[in-house]
Amino acid sequence: MISIENISKSFGKQEVLKNISVKMNSNECIALIGPNGSGKTTLIKSVLGMVPVVKGKILIDNVSIEGNYQYRSLIGYMPQIGRYPDNMNIGQVINLMKNIRGNQTSFDETLIDDFNLRAIYGKKMSTLSGGTRQKVSACIAFLFNPHVLILDEPTAGLDPLSSEILKNKILVEKAKGKLIIITSHVLSELEDLITRVIYMQDGNIRIDAFLNDLLLQTGENKLGKIISKALN
Amino acid sequence: MMRITKYVLTDILRNKTLIVYTLLLFLLSFSVFSLEDNPTKGVLSILNLLLIIVPLISSIFTTIYIYNSSEFIELLVSQPVKRSSIWMSIYFGLASSLSLAFIIGAGIVTLIYQPDSTGFFLILSGVLLSLIFCSIAMLTSVYNRDKAKGIGASILTWLYFSLLFDGILVFLLFQFSDYPIEKAMMTLSMLNPIDLARILILLKLDVSALMGYTGALFRSFFGNASGQTISFLVLAIWFLLPFLISLRKFKHKDL
Repeated sequence: MISIENISKSFGKQEVLKNISVKMNSNECIALIGPNGSGKTTLIKSVLGMVPVVKGKILIDNVSIEGNYQYRSLIGYMPQIGRYPDNMNIGQVINLMKNIRGNQTSFDETLIDDFNLRAIYGKKMSTLSGGTRQKVSACIAFLFNPHVLILDEPTAGLDPLSSEILKNKILVEKAKGKLIIITSHVLSELEDLITRVIYMQDGNIRIDAFLNDLLLQTGENKLGKIISKALN
Repeated sequence: MMRITKYVLTDILRNKTLIVYTLLLFLLSFSVFSLEDNPTKGVLSILNLLLIIVPLISSIFTTIYIYNSSEFIELLVSQPVKRSSIWMSIYFGLASSLSLAFIIGAGIVTLIYQPDSTGFFLILSGVLLSLIFCSIAMLTSVYNRDKAKGIGASILTWLYFSLLFDGILVFLLFQFSDYPIEKAMMTLSMLNPIDLARILILLKLDVSALMGYTGALFRSFFGNASGQTISFLVLAIWFLLPFLISLRKFKHKDL
């Protein structure tokens, strides 16, 4: 599905991604974890083309993303901090998103209903709380029923109830055989979702293994402990 | 691309700043024309006003709009939309609404009091100046990540073109007054769109005699049809080139 080949990226003198290669396939749910500033978000953004990479290649379904933009219709992206035009309301933002992908007519609006967003469609984006913004971001990511879901810190700022709704939605999509990539610092909530762990540090991939293998290898059952054992 | 342009346009047209700008232009041009009994004098006074106001408002409004829509841009970039069509839609939206504000604010009044080719030239150069300073502002804001820096840079470019450049020109004129530098001066004035617009209108108004020998030279060059065509071409380059450079930069920008 997604094949990343030897990509490097620097912001000025700071090298954020150092020669990273990784393959991600459908039917996987990948936890992309690592300390702050380890390059997780940059890796995600380079797949989305928000941060163009000069060195290395990124292929999606064996097609290079360079100079290509159509491939983004395969991806649903939920950013870490959703930034939206202040003067638009929730309904307008969602309509704008639908409008941009004019050729698609069927939408997955289950999350909009589950989060009960329709009741507050008229609220301006500038007045929303951080959690409600996250809900809007989540709804947009799932709206187009994409093959790949990239969720950057999906539950940060969500209340426990909404967080549970989102997790259930992720499980439903996982069952459909999609590729799901989640970054998070709250390891405990990832445990029942993921099948594979990628641990990044200082722009390198330190661990890339299936969860089942790691469980056997380390003999632990908590993700936090598994990671710290696997690193030593 | 049409869809994004539509969003940008509705967003800008709802903006109160632009309505105030239109009203300001209307009041200024209306009062200037009513004060002067001779409409030609009116055109001259308006020319001096619009050479200051239009570039200033166009560049500052564009810069602030670009920074304020950084969220919108970020949102669109992760969607299946071409980067170039995002940037072009924003330019198209800004440039057309700024020109529209100018045409409604100053253009209609000018055409009522001065319904001839001079009035038409005045409107044309106002529209061109709006386009030019909009695209220069897009260039300065694509290179500056920081909002304060970006606005500062666009104010500085405005200051340079409307004041500093003339100062340098006068300085050169005095320093090299013993040499035949008229041709060089003519070329230099091409480097400033505001000067170019001013010269075009002054020549059209036939007050170039006031400009002495240089004026005569300008007249012989700009006054004829080919001179006018060349200066319009140069003005066109002035809004195309900065925009194209900014487009190239935007395509490879980290967001």
